[in-house]
Amino acid sequence: MSKIERNMSLAGQAPAALSATQRIASAIGLIGLFILVLALANVNFPNKTLFLSLSLILMTAGTVIFANDLYRGKHAGIKNDGIWFKSMTGRGLWAWITGIALTLFYIVLYWFPEFLGLTENGPNTGVISLFDPLSYLINGGPASQWFVYGTLYTLAIFIFGYKFILKYRNNRYEVLRTFSVMFFQLGFAFLIPEILIRLNQPYFNPANIWPLNYDLFAGYKVDEFLSAGNIGVFMLAFGLISIFVITPILTYKYGKRWYCSWVCGCGGLAETAGDPYRHLSDKSLFAWKVERWVIHSVLVFVTVMTIAVVYSFLGENAGDFWLTRDVFLWGAAGFLTLLFAAIMIFKRNELAKDAKYGAIGYLVIILSIIGINYFSGNGNIFFFPGYQLREWYGFLIGAAFSGVIGVGFYPIFGNRVWCRFGCPMAAILGMQQRLFSKFRITTNGGQCISCGNCSTYCEMGIDVRAYAQKGENIVRSSCVGCGICSAVCPRGVLKLENDSPKGRINSEEVLLGNDVDLLDLINQKSR
Amino acid sequence: MEHIVIIGNGIAGITCARHIRKNSDKRITVISAESDYFFSRTALMYVYMGHMKWEHLKPYEDWFWEKNRIELKKAWVEKIDFQQKRLYFSSEETMSYDKLVLAIGSVYNRFGWEGQDLKGVQGLVSKQDLELLEENTQNCKRAVIIGGGLIGVELAEMLKTRNIEVSFLIREKAFWQNVLPMQDAKVISAHVRSHGVDLRQETQLDKITGDDNGRVKSVITGAGEEIECQLVGLCAGVRPNIELLKDSALETEKGILVNEYLQTNINDVYAIGDCVQLREAKPNRNSIEAVWYTGRMMGETLAQSLTGNLRKYNPGNWFNSAKFFDIEYQTYGKVSADPPEGEVHFNWQHKDNTKAITIAFNASDNKFLGINTFGIRMRHEVFDRWLDEKKSINYVLQNLKEASFDPEFYDSYEKQIFRSFKENIEQV
Repeated sequence: MSKIERNMSLAGQAPAALSATQRIASAIGLIGLFILVLALANVNFPNKTLFLSLSLILMTAGTVIFANDLYRGKHAGIKNDGIWFKSMTGRGLWAWITGIALTLFYIVLYWFPEFLGLTENGPNTGVISLFDPLSYLINGGPASQWFVYGTLYTLAIFIFGYKFILKYRNNRYEVLRTFSVMFFQLGFAFLIPEILIRLNQPYFNPANIWPLNYDLFAGYKVDEFLSAGNIGVFMLAFGLISIFVITPILTYKYGKRWYCSWVCGCGGLAETAGDPYRHLSDKSLFAWKVERWVIHSVLVFVTVMTIAVVYSFLGENAGDFWLTRDVFLWGAAGFLTLLFAAIMIFKRNELAKDAKYGAIGYLVIILSIIGINYFSGNGNIFFFPGYQLREWYGFLIGAAFSGVIGVGFYPIFGNRVWCRFGCPMAAILGMQQRLFSKFRITTNGGQCISCGNCSTYCEMGIDVRAYAQKGENIVRSSCVGCGICSAVCPRGVLKLENDSPKGRINSEEVLLGNDVDLLDLINQKSR
Repeated sequence: MEHIVIIGNGIAGITCARHIRKNSDKRITVISAESDYFFSRTALMYVYMGHMKWEHLKPYEDWFWEKNRIELKKAWVEKIDFQQKRLYFSSEETMSYDKLVLAIGSVYNRFGWEGQDLKGVQGLVSKQDLELLEENTQNCKRAVIIGGGLIGVELAEMLKTRNIEVSFLIREKAFWQNVLPMQDAKVISAHVRSHGVDLRQETQLDKITGDDNGRVKSVITGAGEEIECQLVGLCAGVRPNIELLKDSALETEKGILVNEYLQTNINDVYAIGDCVQLREAKPNRNSIEAVWYTGRMMGETLAQSLTGNLRKYNPGNWFNSAKFFDIEYQTYGKVSADPPEGEVHFNWQHKDNTKAITIAFNASDNKFLGINTFGIRMRHEVFDRWLDEKKSINYVLQNLKEASFDPEFYDSYEKQIFRSFKENIEQV
């Protein structure tokens, strides 16, 4: 790096200092958090309801006061001043402290819930016991680590959602989208499942669709659904319809954003609590290559795992139930092959070379593994028993990837690491978005000035500018349609749209404004 | 192999280099003393404001250039020998060329004010200017900006993010009124003021005074008022950067004179971008246009000519854009600041003072001439077509929705605008 560039990175004594109000607000919020820490350290609060309420109210109040001071009374508009100068949002010391604290929290949450006070046989202690009153109120039982997590998660989406709404209050798309994720988080992800438990029904979050919800078709879950009678069957059916019917239709009409930034809980947290970190995503071409291999590998993993799990759940005898192991296995193989063939026949021109090779490779591997195991008669179809694959998936992907790396590393790698590199649901929706959808981000003629705000603030690491400066529309499978590129563009170049699929992908580098004889040029090129 | 050397790695030079590579295998060298790699000059402000880091300003990753065999040379050209076709660098190296493209940009105006060389007095055009600004604002409480153009308002916005008080001296009656019609200029003036900028219209700079260390101390206005400050921003426009070519055989006037093929008076020497002065301006356009888009279009055009498809530089309908603090501005076609006889303006403003449009049309045949929009995004493609097809003002207003480019769920104002126009017409 040259001397000049080193100077540049020192640029700026930021207006980074917090105002007096912001300091007080931070203190209030931290006191709320401190109550949880005390509880974690096994301080036994006399009146749990009071102290839990106090903690949640203080955290809420702190965030609300902070956000009000930061954004209220100022012009509505883009509020990114000093983002890269601040320690918390510019990968400084505070970012690392926060990242490490979050990571440790996730590790304890997933693998050592007893440290949080979870007690197998007997009353909870620690921070979990602090949440018992709320848990009894909602689901009628004592709290678990997941109840604590769910409560804090929902609270985070609400209080940081409030901050986000203030920040983007001039942009109705952002405001509505945030109300939507708040609604789905509170209703679908938090209240409905907890109330179902109170009613002695299976735990079910209708917004958590397979394969994001990788356990939906696991044996124990299917048993649970089937033993719950009609309502259980309905849940199972809804799960199937969600991925095979609802998802394709909505994604065709609106792109994957209907889920990723309007409904999904992971997306909800990323867009609210994670918003201050969106600029940290890696925009390099290399990162894009890694992304495509990793996310599609996770998709293959979850598909394989689910097939194995369902296979081992089913029986051999057609007399017991029409869906036997054989019917299911060959049905699944046939479905995957048909899907693959359809894409290759109708959409091959829209696939890059490596995408084709990757797809062919994956299909051949899956089918040959099924073949080998099936004909060897070892009872497994992927060398290992289904439950074991599920365990590994749960550990590697469900916990380590989506939780620890996905959220714990917000302040370092950005807020959508999981959604970009890991989420199999995003992979499926992305494929549909790229190949069968009306959604695109339209570039406005020749107005782009290559400033790079769009790319910088793209949480998915898409180099939006690379398309905009060529006058190309942005049709990328990873785009979650958060709309921030369009919001931060200073020249009004980008617009999220659902329009006719024809002409959606325009790859000719023809910018408006220059009247060299364009038709002539194109004709010459094709000659 | 033919060696094309481009001096200047701004948008004009780099666009030219990329398109030459697309169409040919010629050897390409791009020379710059300003930066190692191409960056977006328009985004310098965002680095100062902490929205982006320097690396984000680079539209292409660093490996791009080698992969596309575009040689980058960091050097300062001191002299050009047009006869021997050879460049002389300040490092005493030389380089020969077969074809030379001058894309050397512009420099900010200094009109010989007293005190213009004091420390703390600067413009904002280059990367070095930005670094200097960083230095100059270390302990700055108050700044004065001279000249009300696009860079001036950007500088004001930048300084406000560092809590520096800004006085903004402009010659005109309202901000950018030499380009915007009065009613538009007033909307922007009010908005700039609402951000706490001390905007002083019809105020000129008399001189800049310094302290014993040769650092700026204050500014004296034409009316004799003294404004204390630690920074003076010179933002009274830019002019072609032709210092290098003084006393050379290359013909210059205000800029490097080129014909419609962007050729200079010397064979195999071309000029594009901000440094250019067209011998014959296109109708409705200026002979010098220092904007991003013209640089890019000239680069595209010249690259065609240099690779065997001889093209005239033929920019289509004028368009431009900017952002004044929170208000985005777009323009398509021609809207005169002082409408001549026969050009009528229709103006609409939203009551919240952040949205407005002005549409110009011919009084005689109602032909649509151009539009300024503030706080409302419009589709370039649609307006470009309407201008080509010479649509009437009525057609444009009736179909304004087709041109809307605002994000989803935004309020639309087409009906309000249309109604307001009808009422206006009835009054006339």
